[in-house]
Parts: sequence; structure tokens; C-alpha cells
Amino acid sequence: MSDILRFREDETVDHASVTVDAFLEQTNSNAVRIEPGDDARALLQHLDQIKLVEVNFPVFGDGRGYSAARVLREAGYDGEIRAVGDVLVDQIGFMRRCGFDSFEPEKAFDEADAKAAFERWPEVYQPTTDGRTPIWAKRHG
Amino acid sequence: MYKYDQYDQAMVDTRVEEFRDQVKRRLEGKISEDQFKPLRLMNGLYLQLHAYMLRVAIPYGTLNSAQMHALADIADKYDRGYGHFTTRQNIQYNWIKLEEAPDLLADLAKVEMHAIQTSGNCIRNISSDQYAGATADEIIDPRPYAELLRQWSSFHPEFSFLPRKFKICVIASDTDRAAMKLHDIGIQIVKNDAGEIGARFYVGGGMGRTPMIAPMIRDFVPLDQLVTYSEACLRVYNRYGRRDNKYKARIKILVHELGAEEYTRQVEEEFAHLLDQGVEPPLAELERIKTFFPNPPYDKDASDEIDRSDPDFAVWVDRNTAPHKQAGYAIANISLKPIGGIPGDASTAQMHLMAELAKDYSFDECRVTHAQNIVLPDVKKSDLYTLWQKLDEAGLGTPNLDQIDDIIACPGLDYCSLANARSIPLAQRISERYANNGKSDVLGELKLKISGCINACGHHHAGHIGILGVDRKGVENYQLLLGGSEGADTSLGKITGRGFDEDGVIDAIEKVTDLYLDQKEDGERFLDTYRRIGMEPFKEAIYE
Repeated sequence: MSDILRFREDETVDHASVTVDAFLEQTNSNAVRIEPGDDARALLQHLDQIKLVEVNFPVFGDGRGYSAARVLREAGYDGEIRAVGDVLVDQIGFMRRCGFDSFEPEKAFDEADAKAAFERWPEVYQPTTDGRTPIWAKRHG
Repeated sequence: MYKYDQYDQAMVDTRVEEFRDQVKRRLEGKISEDQFKPLRLMNGLYLQLHAYMLRVAIPYGTLNSAQMHALADIADKYDRGYGHFTTRQNIQYNWIKLEEAPDLLADLAKVEMHAIQTSGNCIRNISSDQYAGATADEIIDPRPYAELLRQWSSFHPEFSFLPRKFKICVIASDTDRAAMKLHDIGIQIVKNDAGEIGARFYVGGGMGRTPMIAPMIRDFVPLDQLVTYSEACLRVYNRYGRRDNKYKARIKILVHELGAEEYTRQVEEEFAHLLDQGVEPPLAELERIKTFFPNPPYDKDASDEIDRSDPDFAVWVDRNTAPHKQAGYAIANISLKPIGGIPGDASTAQMHLMAELAKDYSFDECRVTHAQNIVLPDVKKSDLYTLWQKLDEAGLGTPNLDQIDDIIACPGLDYCSLANARSIPLAQRISERYANNGKSDVLGELKLKISGCINACGHHHAGHIGILGVDRKGVENYQLLLGGSEGADTSLGKITGRGFDEDGVIDAIEKVTDLYLDQKEDGERFLDTYRRIGMEPFKEAIYE
């Protein structure tokens, strides 16, 4: 699993995730995989038992996963959210802001490019659950 | 007008460097054209028929003279000495080299400009009323609200890969000069019965192949919830907008398929949730932005008289100026539609001149209109004559605002890789036809709009007369529409019947306008007559 870029200290879930439907039926798994058409809010009642949510990006242009991650974080979920699939280095800055804290791209990132992508933006206009201070808050102390 | 602080500047500068890096990786082959495409698009860079086209954002259409000068310099340095002002109040350059684009963006950043989100499936440049701040009929200047939303929507982490592009318009008067209800979100700043200012939301309008007028989904959003409500509208769209078919992916389709009531219910639910998430800037931020839009230091003693002794000047005053909220001042429109010209094009020299005139006669400010003209918003009436002489000398004094030869046209098949037919040559010929037959003046207000394909960039649905170019078995064919309007009385044009070739459509238009001149009753504009007598008589005149 060396091709997972991870921003967490806790242990990685070591078994495969299940689909949202399967998870809701059996609820003995702690890893679930969200496809673009799934409603992340279906998981909200079970957040205590979830350790990993994989959000799949079958194509990078389908941005539903960004909302899914924010919905989970806004509900207080603090487990791992991993972006998987067609995840490109030019998207991971936005993903990080939406609450993703691990990345498993189909095609590995160039390390230097990934580092640059995470570090590039010194400021942000919007507050999200990533805790960064938005520009308007800096302006008004 | 709004001025960047160190934070805004840092964002734009960072974007230049990011794009420089992306271009470098593309040129090195580290990313494919497919992967590069959304990146360059989010920077307004399109690959067109002959070259790259770059679209520069002009937030709510407002420019100062330094910015207009810079746009002229860019036209010289990176293009062929001209630029094209667009129906989105932006400017486009048609002959850009990919490897030079990062330098161009760096030049823009020096004058607080950018090309961020001028394309791609994200929130686009926010448009507004070109008379904002100057017109007597608005309740407040809408631009601070547009600026607040500009910052909120810039690099929004959740909404950068929407189902489709997303256009927002903010106005603050009942007279809609910005086609507000034909946007994905149209916001009208209003005053409620208690005298409080708030925002009325219209969601799900648009042109394109399925034109729709946006229904109102909330009549009053308090100003300290404006961003949160917008975020709720966008989140529902991002989660549930269709992604299976690019032609059904705009929010208008979602609102239409769900029904305005159900869409509104979902937005309200999301809104209630987001109110606890702290996404709204404090009102102090809106107040800070407002301080950049003060009234200019008007001369309170300026005379309200205009010396109309030069008849050509008097005609221009009547056609191209609009009433101002301040006595002694007028709003002056510079037509970029000279007879036989390319709608919206301006040369380097013309841009420099307009910049100088903005500085000398309009408190250093000018505006781009969605009708592809330029506005000097605050001109002292006593300066109008001098201003007009300078404009006229440079080919910028055409007195045809809102007349049949003040044509909106998309770039069409001369530039655009999506187009089915040419728009520009047709616009030029119609303009010449009406200059030669002398009917433009007697026709009065008549908005003619041409799109070279069903994507409707030339707003043909909203033209009193609209023309849609299609490809018919490999031959350019033009369909004629009548009765569209973009104002407070927004309506969508209806197709007259079978299409025409280029000569045929010009002849058909003349039959339409002749019938109007024959049928009109006192004071009626073309649109009024059309609405009174309906399509049938026009059809008879065209196809008899």
C-alpha cells in the first residue's frame, strides 16, 4: 500500500471497503466506499463505527466526491477519507480542503508535484472544516 | 472600484505561478491534453479553430483606466492588436500562444486582473448591471455583493468540478440590463417592507440549447446569509445535477426536472445545515468592500444643460446616453458596433483612447456591457460634447445603442470550434444593409442577436430578433426567432419557421422590420408590436 499518500498518524484499515448499500445492510464493517451517485448522508447515523471512507472518482471531472467529503466532515466524522481512482495532482489541494486526508491515485503522483500542490496556496477565501483561516477572518482579526 | 489588498494579490500571483507550472508540465509531456484541458479551461484558455483563445475576467464589467491600458498592451504584445469584448462582460484574445500565456497572466496580475474561472465547469466571472452605481433606478450599488461572491467563488474547493459551468449575475434595480433571469443564479438586491436590504434569488435560468427563465426560489435572503444561501444552491446542484449528458447538466435542467418547489426545499434544508457551519463572512467584510464603491466626487453645481446645437452630437446624446442619478451628469455608452464592424472588437488604439477618456471624463472608470459595448458611467453633461468629438474621431461615436445595428454576435465559425455557422460576417452585412436603407433610426429600439450554434453565446433566444446559425447538410443555415427579451419582462424568442441562407435571412429580417413599421401604433417598439399582433403576420410577410 505504499502508493497511498496519507496525512494521518493512526493505523490504516487493512481490509477492503464495502459499498454504501452493503454497509447499510450489514453494518459490521468499518470501511465503506462511496461512489459518485451515493448519498454520503446515508452514513451519518453510523459514523462512530466507520474508520475509513473511500470516495471514488471514476473520472476526475465528476466533482460529487468533494461534497461527499465535506458533508461527512461537517457532520463531525474524524476518521479517514481517502480519494481513490482518477485523482490528479492538480486536484488534491482542493480535496484536502474538503476533508480528504489520504490519496490513492490510479497513477502515482510525482512526489515533488504533489508537495508543491499541497503547499502552493498561502491563503484561502473560504472556511472549511480543514481549519484554515479564511482571508476575511484575517482581515477582521 | 474594488482594490486588491495583499491577500487578493497573493491569490492572483499564486495562480499565475500555478498555471506556469501546469503549462510547463504540459509542454514536458507530464500531463496529457485531456488532463491539461480542465486546468487551462479554469484559466480561460480555449483551444479554438486557429489558435488558443484567452478569456480575461472583468469582474462585474468594471475597469479602471490602468486596466484598460493593460488590456490594450496585451492585445499588442500577445495578440494581433485587437481584443473582443464579450456577452459575459469579459474580453477575449484570439491568437494566443500557449507558452506565452503564463507571462500574459503575470501582466494581468500587475493591474489586479486575472483569467481565473473564465471557463470550465466552475463558477464563472460574476456579471452585473453596467449602469451600477450611476443609474437613478437602483436601490443600491450591486457591485459590492458581486465582489463578495467573487471572492467566495474563487478557488472554491467544493465547486471546481461542477456538472457544468455556472454563471451568477447580481443587479439591484427593477430594470434588468444584465439578463439576470437567464443566469444559473440571478440575484436581485431588494429592499423589503421593513426597509432592510436583502437578496432575491432566481435559480435555473439559462440560454444554450434549452433556454429557460429562472424561477424565483427565495424573495429575501438577509445580507448576512448571502454566501451561505449561495453555497446551499451550489451544493444541491453539485450533488444532484445531471452528469450523464453534458447537454442536460446545467442547473436549469435540475430545477426543471425536480420542479422549482422541490429544488427550493432541498436548498432550504441544506441552507439550514450550512448556517451552523460558519461559512458566512461577517457583515464587516461586506462593509469593507462597500468602502471601495463610494460615490465619485461629483460636482454638485454641474449644469444640467446640454448644448445640442451640433445635430450629429444631439443624435448621439439621444441614443447613447442614459439618465444619471446625479444632476448634471449622464451615463455615456460607447458603441463598439460601427457600421459594418465586428461587434465587440476594439483595437489597441481604441482601448487606449477609451482608457484615457475614462480617466479624463468618468472618474477613472469604465464598464463592459453584455451587449458588447463600453460605458463611461459618470460623465459631466458639459463634457459630453468634447467626449463625443474624441470618440467620433476614433470611430467610436456610432449613435446606435439598442438599435438594430447594435448587434450582439458570438465569434461564430470564424474563430470558434463549436460553431456551425458564421456570425460576424452576417452581423456586418445586416449592419451595412440598415445603414444603406436608412431604416435603423426609424426602427428605434430593436435588439438583434446572433449565435453561430445552439450554445447561444450570442443570446439569440433573448433578441427581439434572434438569429441561430445551424449546419444543414454541410451548408450554413440561419433560423430566425422573434419576440425574445432579456429585461424585466424576460421572454424567449420563437422560431418563425424554416431557415434561410445568408442572403435569405437578411431579406427576411427586412420584411419583418418593414411589417413592424407598417403596423406599429404610436410609441410602440418592435417588441410591443410583436407582442400585440403575434407571430402570424410576420410569418406571412416572410414566407408568402
